Amino acid sequence: MPTWIQLVFLACGVCFILALKGLSGPKTARNGNLLGAAAAVVACLMPFFWTDLHLKHVPLIIAAIVVGTIGGVYGAQKVQMTQMPQMVALFNGVGGGAASLVALLELHDVVEAGGDAPWFNLAATAFTIAVGAVSFAGSVVTFAKLQDLMTSRPVVFPGLQYVFPIAAVAALVMGIRLVIAPHMWIGIIIGLLGLLVGLLLVLPVGGADVPIVISMLNAFTGLTVAAGGYVLSNVLLLIAGTLVGASGTFLTLLMARAMGRSVANILFGALKGGSTLGSGEASDRPVKSVTPEDAAIMLAYADRVIIVPGYGLAVAQAQHTLRELVDVLDARGIQVDYAIHPVAGRMPGHMNVLLAEAQVPYEQLREMDDINGDFKDTDVALVVGANDVVNPAAGTTPSAPIYGMPILNADQARQVIFMKRSMRPGFAGIENELLFDERTSLLFGDAKDSMGKLLNAVKAL
Amino acid sequence: MILDTGVVWLTIFVLGVFVGIEVISKVSSTLHTPLMSGANAIHGIILLGAILVTGTTDNNLALIVGLIAIVLASVNMVGGFVVTDRMLQMFVRKRPATKDEKDGPA
Repeated sequence: MPTWIQLVFLACGVCFILALKGLSGPKTARNGNLLGAAAAVVACLMPFFWTDLHLKHVPLIIAAIVVGTIGGVYGAQKVQMTQMPQMVALFNGVGGGAASLVALLELHDVVEAGGDAPWFNLAATAFTIAVGAVSFAGSVVTFAKLQDLMTSRPVVFPGLQYVFPIAAVAALVMGIRLVIAPHMWIGIIIGLLGLLVGLLLVLPVGGADVPIVISMLNAFTGLTVAAGGYVLSNVLLLIAGTLVGASGTFLTLLMARAMGRSVANILFGALKGGSTLGSGEASDRPVKSVTPEDAAIMLAYADRVIIVPGYGLAVAQAQHTLRELVDVLDARGIQVDYAIHPVAGRMPGHMNVLLAEAQVPYEQLREMDDINGDFKDTDVALVVGANDVVNPAAGTTPSAPIYGMPILNADQARQVIFMKRSMRPGFAGIENELLFDERTSLLFGDAKDSMGKLLNAVKAL
Repeated sequence: MILDTGVVWLTIFVLGVFVGIEVISKVSSTLHTPLMSGANAIHGIILLGAILVTGTTDNNLALIVGLIAIVLASVNMVGGFVVTDRMLQMFVRKRPATKDEKDGPA
């Protein structure tokens, strides 16, 4: 490889570090992302300027890049902000799949050349094939769960606790077999086992924990790319993959901590059984239902109101009307804040993105630890389209899938208004005791519709 | 003294792990989603690897598999950066979100 190209790769690696650094601060995030994008584009142009390589099939390669680019841009532009998590999962999955295929091709070259390669090289190849496939299959299942193509509840079947380790061990054995005597068919079997492991890994994970799995699979793909860099002797892939693998793993742990869960519990909790508390069906226990006018009076004569927004708010596109309501309440001298649970929405920080889209002032968004002490002095907690993040079962019912997750203490407020479409349980599929509390009033209906009525009722007072 | 090549690779990997953790250690939970998405786009650099293996093969089946890998990797890289940019635009205040957003890379 010419020295100047190696130096370009080094510069691109530095840009990736700066990009990640930029992405972790609100002011620098956008430029960080653009810097990363520029470095990636420059790096991918290099093979075309590397004359000694005698790159073949150039028109076909360019055509494939164009197809992928159009697909990627179309998907990224088309996706609703509410569907962002599954889009990230999908992009991550195809990246893992690509890494797996690249390693298979490299194995093909090694086998053609007589199978003579250092053992560590072959081990890295096996790792890339396997983990890339895990990431691909896992991400596709994640996508299906979030896109409601399949149930978001944990999927377990008898014998799963045996099938999963058997598949994982089989992949490992095949990996060792590949190192001893490389053959194409072993590589393909490793890939298929990887797909199976990815599938079995994510199926038992409950809907509420899916965000953490997305982050984890993201880190997996990073490590895959790093190993792929070693296999291809490409330093830039190694640097970029390692950065993403390390930061992704760290981010996964941060998220798990924010939910009060361990990663092992999230992945294998359902295998131990006993986590399927929720029936997924509506309950017929009595609740107190109110009209928008009643709810308006409760809000308008309060001194302190905390709003707990959830995914349902964003799905109904009611965040703009909510902001108007808050403005009106604010004008009446009522102190209003938004309480943002770390995993409100579908991913950590997702709700911040959704509310920022509605131009809610940044200062009104309060994080959980910051606001949880305020609920007991709050007159009304208005829960809009959220459920699991205020479910007291997280603290009281050890068998609940969300047990141990810190919640917003909406149950400590003097009154709670729930805006709900129906009595269906939340994403985690567990019934919420708070709905049946005597201080709780339910305002049924589409969030945007009821929010509009509530706004008009408050204005009329 | 000449370093063992394998050790050089291992050195880069280990240092990379520390850098990767260090650069994002102070992230606020507000930015978790865009950060994950941006990191996701960065590992789309596997596109470079896909181009290199595809452009050096003579086998037809390998060529087809390689082209599939290139398509998948470009979706990951380009889509990842564009979607991250869209998210981050939401955080830019003082001006209404414009519809005519600029494309990211490529």
